[in-house]
Amino acid sequence: MGQVKNFFASRWGIIGVGGFIGILAPLLQNWGNPGNMGICVACFDRDITGAVGLHRAAVVQYMRPEIIGFVLGALIAAYLFKEFRARAGSAPIVRFILGAFAMIGALVFLGCPWRALLRLAGGDGSAIFGIAGLIFGIWIGTLFLKGGYNLGRAEKTHTSVGWLMPLTMIGFLILMLIFPQIKDQPQSGILFYSVKGPGAQHAPLLVSLIVGLAVGFAAQRSRFCTMGAFRDLLLFRQPHLFYGLLTLAVVAFLTNLIIGQFHPGFAKQPVAHTMQIWNFGGMVLAGLAFALAGGCPGRQLFLAGEGDGDAAVFVFGMIVGAGFSHNFGLASSPTGVGPHGIAATIIGLLVCLFIGFTMRKRAS
Amino acid sequence: MGTIVDARGLSCPQPVLMTMDEIKKMSKGEIEVLVDTDTSKENVSRAASSKGWTVKDVREEGEGYRVTIARS
Repeated sequence: MGQVKNFFASRWGIIGVGGFIGILAPLLQNWGNPGNMGICVACFDRDITGAVGLHRAAVVQYMRPEIIGFVLGALIAAYLFKEFRARAGSAPIVRFILGAFAMIGALVFLGCPWRALLRLAGGDGSAIFGIAGLIFGIWIGTLFLKGGYNLGRAEKTHTSVGWLMPLTMIGFLILMLIFPQIKDQPQSGILFYSVKGPGAQHAPLLVSLIVGLAVGFAAQRSRFCTMGAFRDLLLFRQPHLFYGLLTLAVVAFLTNLIIGQFHPGFAKQPVAHTMQIWNFGGMVLAGLAFALAGGCPGRQLFLAGEGDGDAAVFVFGMIVGAGFSHNFGLASSPTGVGPHGIAATIIGLLVCLFIGFTMRKRAS
Repeated sequence: MGTIVDARGLSCPQPVLMTMDEIKKMSKGEIEVLVDTDTSKENVSRAASSKGWTVKDVREEGEGYRVTIARS
């Protein structure tokens, strides 16, 4: 009775979802999103941080509807398939800190794992260093997991707890409708909108939202996770999630090739820098933080959509981390790492090691 | 008989790690794994199958599932 009721959880299911995202992400870029950034969970969370004014980097402020769609799409899927389970209480403060440092690391590289793949699929050679760092960071995480690292059990809780992140996203969407973007204006009501830079590049709101909903739905069903892909491969030699990741990268590459978005090279790639040690280092930090928190930033959004309050805390950690990144000069730019990016990466790694070494209590 | 692994409330990869620990300890027999999410149910079933164990039964129980895996 191998019962696979859920097609999406089968091998072809995860491959299908990887392909689905692999087509849609380059298309989102074609429809207006920034270069090699059709989808970037870290960058888009950071843009949301800017949209609500928690950082004032004028070039990266936009309430990204994809993120809203990810959470709500996962919520819809979870309800349709009776998988919505409100749960919370597995070391939320640790998840918050991990979220903040994961974001800081990702913004040193300039992308989450999704974007690392999309950068590679668009021809950006520097992404190789980021992906290598990601794998190395996750590998360190698997050592901690083997050594008994564990954040403890979550508990079932009030349904409304699981709704807080989806409601926050609905609130963000309403804000966007009340204060819509005004052409060439940096602000509309309480929301900030970039007039130039990556934050000014975006697909139409409805397109972004619909794609976000579709990806959120498919990813919730398939448990798509870019961190889990490498973790399961390293930890269990289990390639299931990796098939999804690989398909995403290959299909995105082919899609880019077809629509003329493949530009191989290292220099002058969109929203990227070539300080390779820190492309690597930033992603070591992000990969380790994702591994210790049990999911890539996309997966955390989908989990938050299906009622996981701890994943929601991680997401808020990322949003706050983005605030620190841009307010303190930790984030990189196309010219290279920020003035304090290297220090923040090292501190972040020390914090992750502290968490990994000290939180080894076996679940009782 | 019956080793029970209680992985309720734990997020991945803990349920799979705990199941694997038990699988390593015994060459055959039956293990019941308690999980509380569909993801964990699928992951435990997939991991057990990849180690040559069969998923004998998946039963809804309380807020989660009791996954019985066996190898003879």
